[in-house]
Amino acid sequence: MTKNATAIDPALKQPIIELRSVRRVYGMGAAVMQALRGIDLAIEEGEFVAIMGHSGSGKSTCMNILGCLDIPSSGQFLFQGVDVGSLSRDQRALLRRHYLGFIFQGFNLLGRTSALENVELPLIYRGAPLSERRQASLDALKAVGLQGWERHTPAELSGGQQQRVAIARAIVSKPKVILADEPTGNLDTKTSIEVMELLTSFNRERGITVVMVTHEPDMAEYAQRRVTFRDGLIQNEESGPESAEGGPAQ
Amino acid sequence: MIWETILLAEREIRRNAMRSFLTILGIVIGVAAVITMVTLGGGATAQVASEISSLGTNMLQLRPGQGMHGPGGARSQADQFKLADAQAIERDIYGLAAVAPMASKSAQAIYGNENWSTTVTGSTNAYLTVRNWPVKDGRDFTDVEMSAGKAVCLLGSTVKKELFGAEDALGNSIRLGKLSVQVVGILESKGQSSFGSDQDDFVLVPLRTLQRRMVGSTDVESIMVSAKDGVSTQKVKADIQRLMRERRNITPNKDDDFNVMDMQELTNALTGSTKVLTALLAAVAAVSLLVGGIGIMNIMLVSVTERTREIGIRLAIGAMEGEVLQQFLLEAVVLSCFGGIIGILLGLASAVGGAYALGVPFVLNTKIVFISFLFSAAVGVVFGYFPALQAARLNPIEALRHE
Repeated sequence: MTKNATAIDPALKQPIIELRSVRRVYGMGAAVMQALRGIDLAIEEGEFVAIMGHSGSGKSTCMNILGCLDIPSSGQFLFQGVDVGSLSRDQRALLRRHYLGFIFQGFNLLGRTSALENVELPLIYRGAPLSERRQASLDALKAVGLQGWERHTPAELSGGQQQRVAIARAIVSKPKVILADEPTGNLDTKTSIEVMELLTSFNRERGITVVMVTHEPDMAEYAQRRVTFRDGLIQNEESGPESAEGGPAQ
Repeated sequence: MIWETILLAEREIRRNAMRSFLTILGIVIGVAAVITMVTLGGGATAQVASEISSLGTNMLQLRPGQGMHGPGGARSQADQFKLADAQAIERDIYGLAAVAPMASKSAQAIYGNENWSTTVTGSTNAYLTVRNWPVKDGRDFTDVEMSAGKAVCLLGSTVKKELFGAEDALGNSIRLGKLSVQVVGILESKGQSSFGSDQDDFVLVPLRTLQRRMVGSTDVESIMVSAKDGVSTQKVKADIQRLMRERRNITPNKDDDFNVMDMQELTNALTGSTKVLTALLAAVAAVSLLVGGIGIMNIMLVSVTERTREIGIRLAIGAMEGEVLQQFLLEAVVLSCFGGIIGILLGLASAVGGAYALGVPFVLNTKIVFISFLFSAAVGVVFGYFPALQAARLNPIEALRHE
């Protein structure tokens, strides 16, 4: 399914993610709160974009919409040209299952469950047979440098290791896009750098589009493009030094 | 996928072993109680049925008076049967193996210093045939003894033991009231009847002997008839009723003043009460399963709350509503089925123990085992559905934020 979807006619070069005057409003009447006030954003396949902003700037709301966990109140979110707002809850779940990988600030691994089984989880929902699943998960754990830690539960792993398990879980299903919500928020500088290097390498070597929310400018430096949110609007967009150097590897 | 989910449910249950055990206790107890009671009830019924059939196969009993229940009614006024009635049945009705007219009287049996109060029955050798009761030692009556009303008797094993102990009884004379009779045979032991009386506390004399020398009337209290194998007792019964109405000059607009009871009716009457008992048990079981189900629902709701974050992760990763629903529903079903299985094993074990203690046979009722299992599974589905639905409907964003 993923593979077929990749075969988009390059002539119709289309952003993988496109937000068109997206608004998201919470509450009703006098208590109405506008989290997003009209966002226009296009992200090309293979890009590494950092979304920055203070808390309350709307970046998390935007992330939820990009993750198909929420839908815009008005405007359109197109994922590979498909209007996500018009999809049902289950259809959005399938979209997440087949095209998206999530990385959270709090890791969000299943407790009392081994690293290997955590990584296998997305493949179980995809209905992959056990042997295939096992092999893919072992490969993913190897790719994040956790060979030999497969049987450990999150409680037995350090924060950096847990986040690497989460990254393995995000990439194991070969997603088109990884959505990382403050992936280094709970980590010290050294492990933060390790995590960022992993993300950068998956972006470059596998062509996975990465969208990362962060408020640490150091981490945002890894992205090719930085989008800053303020009060529900995009305040500023800039391309970093990285994009000049290389751009996404094909 | 289903298999994965069952394994997952099983692991989740094992993680909270103590809590899971307490949750299913209601179902365990309910199922165990039902299995025990139904199995024991079935054993008791089987025992009653086999004892009734040991009374004599294809047996019918003809008595004056109406109905088989209790004294009074038309019975006291109804004419007693006579020996001629038994002879008429034997002569006119087809398909009979034996016809035994009988009368009885209680009497003191005395031998030497031993004294035993028992029931003396007067009948013919046909009585032994009807009741399927062989002579162990000695012989049955001769034709002359029966027709002449000689003073001879056959002893049941209890009477023999009480009067003679280990001593040989054959050929000795005992007194029955004022009458001295010679023991010509000892009967095989029959044991307790299903009504709790000792069938071996019994002395048989020829009918004429009892009538002439002990009772002083020619009345016959009842006539026992056994049909030949393969002959319908229903047909024999109808034939006897017709014959007796004729002989007793009952006009068509009047009811019988006698009744013919067959053993099937007796069996039905006795086993009928266990059916009522079974129905009551089913009601008790339904209540305990309901309580058990509420327990499961309660713990599943707790589990959904505790695992909100896990549900959020699963939804974010791409689980559809139906898949989360299935996961929690299966967990409830596995839990309740587990309770059912433990209940069945416990119930069968206590039924084996109970059957041994009560002295009834252990009759495995596979139907009730199967039904119990299905019921406990159904409880899981019914009471697990609401919590599972709650889990499936969670908003993934909020679920992921849940601490």
